[in-house]
Amino acid sequence: MRGYIVRRLLATIPVVTVVAIFVFLLLRLSGGDPAAVIAGDSATTQQVQEIRLKLGLERPIGEQFVIWVGRILRGDFGESYFFKKTVAELIRDRLEPTLALAVCTLLLAVAMAVPLGVVAAVRRGTWIDRTVMGFSVLGFSVPVFVIGYALIYLFAIELGWLPVQGYQRLAEGFWGFLERLILPSVTLAVIYVALIARITRASVLEVLGADHVRTARAKGLGAASVLLRHVLRNAAVPIVTVIGLGVALLIGGVVVTESVFGIPGLGRLTVDAVLARDYPTIQAVVLLFSVVYVMINLVVDLTYTLLDPRIRY
Amino acid sequence: MTFVRRCRAACLAISMLWCLAGAVPAVRAETVLKVVMHSDLKIVDPIWTTAYIVRNHGYMIYDTLFATDANGDIKPQMIGKYDLSADKLTYTMTLRDGLLWHDGKPVTAEDCVASIRRWAQKDTMGQKMMSFVKDLTVVDAKTFKIILKEQTGLVLPALGKPSSNVPFMMPKRVADTPASEQISDFTGSGPFVFKKDEWKPGDKTVYVKFAQYKPRPEPASGLAGGKVVKVDRIEWRAISDHQTAINALLAGEIDYIESPPHDLLPVLKQDANMKLVNINPLGNQYAFRFNTLAKPFDNAKVRQAVMVAFNQKDFLEAVIGDASYYKVCKAMFPCGSPNSSTKGMDGYLDSNFEKAKALLKEANYDGTPIVLLHSTDLAVLTNLAPVAKSLMEKAGFKVDMQSMDWQTLVARRAKKDPPAQGGWHAFLTSWVAADILNPVSAGFLNASCDTAMFGWPCDKELESLRDQYARETNPSKFKTIAEAVQVRVTQYPTHIWLGQWYGPAAMRKNVDGVLQAPVTVFWGIEKKGR
Repeated sequence: MRGYIVRRLLATIPVVTVVAIFVFLLLRLSGGDPAAVIAGDSATTQQVQEIRLKLGLERPIGEQFVIWVGRILRGDFGESYFFKKTVAELIRDRLEPTLALAVCTLLLAVAMAVPLGVVAAVRRGTWIDRTVMGFSVLGFSVPVFVIGYALIYLFAIELGWLPVQGYQRLAEGFWGFLERLILPSVTLAVIYVALIARITRASVLEVLGADHVRTARAKGLGAASVLLRHVLRNAAVPIVTVIGLGVALLIGGVVVTESVFGIPGLGRLTVDAVLARDYPTIQAVVLLFSVVYVMINLVVDLTYTLLDPRIRY
Repeated sequence: MTFVRRCRAACLAISMLWCLAGAVPAVRAETVLKVVMHSDLKIVDPIWTTAYIVRNHGYMIYDTLFATDANGDIKPQMIGKYDLSADKLTYTMTLRDGLLWHDGKPVTAEDCVASIRRWAQKDTMGQKMMSFVKDLTVVDAKTFKIILKEQTGLVLPALGKPSSNVPFMMPKRVADTPASEQISDFTGSGPFVFKKDEWKPGDKTVYVKFAQYKPRPEPASGLAGGKVVKVDRIEWRAISDHQTAINALLAGEIDYIESPPHDLLPVLKQDANMKLVNINPLGNQYAFRFNTLAKPFDNAKVRQAVMVAFNQKDFLEAVIGDASYYKVCKAMFPCGSPNSSTKGMDGYLDSNFEKAKALLKEANYDGTPIVLLHSTDLAVLTNLAPVAKSLMEKAGFKVDMQSMDWQTLVARRAKKDPPAQGGWHAFLTSWVAADILNPVSAGFLNASCDTAMFGWPCDKELESLRDQYARETNPSKFKTIAEAVQVRVTQYPTHIWLGQWYGPAAMRKNVDGVLQAPVTVFWGIEKKGR
């Protein structure tokens, strides 16, 4: 197992390298000039050029890449072209909101989706099944920002139960922290619930027809016991897989949700950095997301060994 | 009985305590104004960049030697008194008493001289002013002199310039930072203090009232006069989504939105707790900019054809829509400003397509497609290019409209490559009126060829007229020269002005005292109750 983990960790190096090259080149080949953004709309060409020289943007792309990689290997993600802060500092400031949103969304999504999927599978063909699957289609189809606006309108504007926007750090008070996360988490969880519920239903249906489940029922075990001990555990592997794959959805959704709800997280930082052509920040955030995604998939793979004793690395 | 007595004693004690609590003066709650500005503050050096949000930040924490009032007149601000020598070659300026930096140290003449030098390294009007200056000398702690090589009427308009780059005063130790580097010390002498420890880019920017600020005695007028602060704290919240910002305002989570989009104004109008205030009476002006290096726009007649083919109303309707927020104004310098005039504009901006076609024929236009850059992500600009394309095609032009986000456009307009190889022929933008009040400050009128702004017009006559304006010391003659500039621009078009538009600020009804000025400022504003 240890060897497997080490091999997987080593495998992240080529993945991250490819991502680094890709994002670096893509930024420099795409339109836009951070120097022009920094200088402002009224700046002259000469002023823009001075800033380009100062930022090293006139150097050949290869040279810029080597300098950047050298810094990354020393743990230096560089300084933002715009903020008077290092990129590491910027990311540190924005990590808590995104982490809080992601964890809340994940917990909410799993807590809602798995029971929904199980109920849909057990009540297959009934109105319950159709409602759950209908909701699932809706959850996939409606864009995240539309769900966000609708929830804001209902719960924040009309009913006044929850705030429209913003984020409060946990250290500043638990209730304030929680109430500002409710709407964004629900918004982001919808698509996740749709995905997990469908996979749960399909996976549970497959296991419900298995011989060992028939045997368990024949032995006289109660429905709940059959479901929890014999069905769910065997159906868990695909569910956990899709939760892991869904992290990519989560990352994309976080970008939109943070913008809609005014949460100053990594998603917003990414959007702001892209619009401003803040190359060091974009590069660092994309690298971070790719490492997170790889790590989560590793955790998912390791989870299989807990769920299915037949799986060993 | 004992129990009853104890209860009575307890009630009495509680009553006494309640009364005592009422007798203790309540601590006044801090007044906090929560604002959503048009952009998030990232850079905090208003000399290093011309970005408007940084300029607005500058007005919070810095002060200026002179300022422009509501009538467009230049008034002393930090300056207590000044005079001009009889030969009009020496300005002697003395600071007001009681001016302090946020660290408590007094503002000195030395600080001001250093600040002027730094500002003039970057600002084009400052550079122009300094071309007339022989020396800046410090006389004593509060007095300095501007000694000129030759007479010019530019000194006060330049030092009282309302918009980017504004000549903000900084401590000498800060102003000695080369203009090519950003400052890292944000000590100012303005009415607010920047709370750097609470600044979270992308989240919020915080300012607190500077208790030792000494406002001028006269009432505030435009950017001049007494800057009296009536709130304790101002938070600029970064809410990038317009709908969310509007919702937050409606829910009372924020107090003020600087520039809500026009299509959401009806939502705000429906709510009795909201009000819309036009804080910038001069507004903004749309502009169509030519690249005079790119054929066929290297031919003035072809550019004139575009000017004849355009009309302002179509553009304004397409973007703003509501006539109460725009004005058709054929003057190149904004209507309502001192240099505004329609001289020379007969026959232009009337969409006379036949005349435009005739001009194209005279110019031997060969059908070269005009590469028109179209920005897609700024609501106030998005619909302009399609209107321009339509009008130009009716006049006989072939137009290749290329869509991109604003930042890509900004990068592309800096290129001098041929349009077919990544360059451009034209794009549309908007100027804040405060930036285009005279021929020297209006960037698009700089016709100094390679050193001009993107578009690079090259015209000796235009430059000569601008120079004449800069040298003129009699303000009554400014307008005549400005009119001559306008007439010349109809003959050698550098750009086309496409009308004025206004964007009201939205705020809750309990926010009062908002000043009308070309820049959003926060002195004078008070917040009453909820």
